[in-house]
Amino acid sequence: MQPTTREHETAASGPADGRALVELVDVRKRFEGNEVLKGVSLTVPRGETMVIMGGSGSGKTVTLRLIAGLIRPTSGIVRVFGRRIEGLSEEELLPIRRRMGYVFQGAALFDSLSVYENVAYPLREHTSLGEADIRERVVSFLAVVGLGPDVLHLLPSELSGGMRKRVGIARALAQEPEMLLFDEPTAGLDPTNARMVGDLIVQLRGGVCDTAVVVTHDLELTKTVADRVAILIEGRFAALGPRDEVLASDDPAVQAFLAGDARVTP
Amino acid sequence: MDTYLRRTAMWYGGVGLLAAQVLRSLALPPKYFRLVILEIEVMGVRSLGVALTASIFTGMVFALQSAVNMARFGAENYVGPIAALAILRELGPVLTAILVGGKVASGITAELGSMRVTEQIDALRTLGVNFIKRLIVPRVLAALLVFPLLTVLACVLGILGGMVIMFFERGTDMWAYWNTTMYWVVPRDFLMGVAKSFFFGGIVTLIGCYNGLSTTGGTEGLGRATTATVVHCTMGVIVSDFFLTKLMLMLFW
Repeated sequence: MQPTTREHETAASGPADGRALVELVDVRKRFEGNEVLKGVSLTVPRGETMVIMGGSGSGKTVTLRLIAGLIRPTSGIVRVFGRRIEGLSEEELLPIRRRMGYVFQGAALFDSLSVYENVAYPLREHTSLGEADIRERVVSFLAVVGLGPDVLHLLPSELSGGMRKRVGIARALAQEPEMLLFDEPTAGLDPTNARMVGDLIVQLRGGVCDTAVVVTHDLELTKTVADRVAILIEGRFAALGPRDEVLASDDPAVQAFLAGDARVTP
Repeated sequence: MDTYLRRTAMWYGGVGLLAAQVLRSLALPPKYFRLVILEIEVMGVRSLGVALTASIFTGMVFALQSAVNMARFGAENYVGPIAALAILRELGPVLTAILVGGKVASGITAELGSMRVTEQIDALRTLGVNFIKRLIVPRVLAALLVFPLLTVLACVLGILGGMVIMFFERGTDMWAYWNTTMYWVVPRDFLMGVAKSFFFGGIVTLIGCYNGLSTTGGTEGLGRATTATVVHCTMGVIVSDFFLTKLMLMLFW
């Protein structure tokens, strides 16, 4: 017999924790007959960096999109900033999304706008700041991600992959979010840029934004940024816990994934 | 067959739902008004050449064909009103909607579809921006204004084109042509065409937006969506024109 929603809620994440920014309780997601998530539960408290690892098609990005309210679960509970969001309308989700920053795998910069306009976008939308203040903030957010004012006028198509990713992070930071969501932040980057992005995520915890959910298949990045790690294999968390415990897990499926052996499945 | 019917039902449902979302989001913040102005320029000013060239030549060819054939039973004097009625009630609004609609809506699909496949629409959503208000409503509002205006201009040029060609080709007296036309054409003929164009502007824009927002399958899917928009808009205008005409004749004739 399937446990009730309340039983799941208590079992998976304990009573609603006021400090938890994200709670997933027995979340399932199905796309046209293909069940991508088969009942995942997860809690991310404030101040923590949670890394969700998994192979391609394992449902990592789907999990992140559920947290941002970009898609709805087929069943289960998604609670963000203490509020259930799975039944909210697009309009009701907007103020919740303003409290988080989402960094897309391909950066998703607005390609017809310059770097300056991209980073200034949330400021123009949600604040009544004057142009001088906006410029000052844009320059400071770009400085946080290691970019100087010389890139302000460039279009996204004129940037390298690493720079695009960093501008994407600066745009997310411009919302002054309480939590950052990173979708494959090092995918497609060379080792130097990948390490730079990893160091940047660590550095952001020193005051700018101390909570993050990172989705990746990059073991090096996980070792650099994670407090806790969840390993998603075939739509379920095969392991979830503190980084060192999970990476040292003797679970054969987890070991197979970490060793890059796809032949062993749970 | 089942899949085709399901896809068709989902498409109509999707366009309907988008229309409902647009209606709910009509109240734009003042800072978005400049987007409406920008869209008016993109849709209207940049489509003037296409719309007016098509209308003037349509008016000329309609008058020429009518003159040659109506002369066979001695009704050449009525070419003016026949051409004007056809242009005001059907050719003006329908041709403008098909030509400008195809151009505008396929452009919208390409732009929104490209934003969709590169996750820029999701980026807007994660930035807490209401993408319906930001991307869809300004385009629909602009179209509701631009299509009737272009139709009025197209009708005027179409009628004038017919009159000029009758003067040069058939030696018709321009004052007589004008007077006969004004005698038979009433304001209702003009208003019915304008009312249709208002509706056409709404549906072609909604089709363009919906096909863009529902684009999947990368650049190949984008190409398919853009082509589909031209077909959907043309069919949408032609089919809805029949039902609109029937409705208007029932209500106002």
